[in-house]
Amino acid sequence: MARKTVVRVKVNGTSREAEVEPRLLLVHFIRDILGLTGTHVGCDTTNCGACTVLLDGKPVKSCTVFAVQADDQEIRTIEGVADNGKLHPLQEGFREEHGLQCGFCTPGMILAAKALLERNPHPTEQEIRWGISGNLCRCTGYQNIVKAVQYAANKMT
Amino acid sequence: MIPQSFEYFRPQSVREAITLLEQHGSGAKILSGGQSLIPMMKVRIARPEYLVDINRIPELRYVREEDGYLKIGGLTRESDLEYSELIKSKYPIILDTAAMIADPQVRNMATVGGNLAHGDPANDHPATMLALRAEVIASGPGGERVIPIKDFFVSLFTTALEHNEILTEIRIPTLPARSGGAYFKLERKVGDFATVGVAAQVTLEASGICIYAGIGLTNVGPTPLDVQRASDFLNGKSLDEMSIKQAARIAADDAQPSSDLRGPASYKTSMVRELTIRALVRARERASR
Repeated sequence: MARKTVVRVKVNGTSREAEVEPRLLLVHFIRDILGLTGTHVGCDTTNCGACTVLLDGKPVKSCTVFAVQADDQEIRTIEGVADNGKLHPLQEGFREEHGLQCGFCTPGMILAAKALLERNPHPTEQEIRWGISGNLCRCTGYQNIVKAVQYAANKMT
Repeated sequence: MIPQSFEYFRPQSVREAITLLEQHGSGAKILSGGQSLIPMMKVRIARPEYLVDINRIPELRYVREEDGYLKIGGLTRESDLEYSELIKSKYPIILDTAAMIADPQVRNMATVGGNLAHGDPANDHPATMLALRAEVIASGPGGERVIPIKDFFVSLFTTALEHNEILTEIRIPTLPARSGGAYFKLERKVGDFATVGVAAQVTLEASGICIYAGIGLTNVGPTPLDVQRASDFLNGKSLDEMSIKQAARIAADDAQPSSDLRGPASYKTSMVRELTIRALVRARERASR
């Protein structure tokens, strides 16, 4: 087994640290060590985006990043989207516009959309679809997800 | 899926990284964006014993024009290219290429250096860099050396980089006036590797005569392909419907696609022809602006 190394991260605003093997994937660090299971392992092959988290504000697929790479960086997971219990407009949007069925893709979708809206507060439908093009949904057919993001964009203006 | 165990290093400088590669020989791999390497490690096709993470060397991440070149640092993320005003305004072929790589999340991590150094004919930047006649800067224990892109792709997953070298920069000679290029990628679905990809870069004289053409092909051979025959054909000719179609036929002839999940070889050959036409038409349009 390789020498373990210490990883120090800020997760949803809180400093956390742990000693990990270098080969520990970020998604497993988040789920198994930090106990934040809202981030999901879907395909494990960098396709589906269910593992999406924000790393220093940028959406990444946490199944394709080593935990050690996140050392000294900030991570935001779905658990860190609501503000002290108050739903983020995206979370409201997914509720109001029926943007989820099974909910498995939803955390990844919300984080991808959050990053999109931060960069582009008034996206067109095409831009929304482009912004979530790294996230797959097997349930909804995407149209209500798009509406949910549009709801949030309007609410946040 | 879990990678095999490895020792991990995070050097703070290129020099330190090269020393680590020297020390650990062929058992060491560079970790750049990791978006090609980590998936291979997860299925254990790749089992490096030592991983040299170069992500904390910020001097390697840049996009700038200098000394008659567009210089792109090896650690430049695809999303950096996607949102660069310089790339969008002066090198749209590179924007075409970067924007078609995988998806937004992957583009936030994936690097140009990795996209080239991985040696995968299915990666997108190689075809474009071939069309642009780019130069790779490889940094090793003896210093830097320049590798012309046409010498860079040796065989499947093998480039001209020595095991103790790092691709620290890709540079493109500043384009003359009346230059234009485009990259077209056919994919089964968003985020996929190319079924076929074609990069075309041209320079025209005021009369419309083509004085430079570069055509690169993605995923239709064991390496990215440079269709020199089509370049030679177009040189000195008017870039019109006839010559474009003929160049496209040459590209299709020189492609070496395999039949696989993305389609039969004959289909891919047809698509090389079609995409070469579209890429040359768009390149001509951009060169005429």
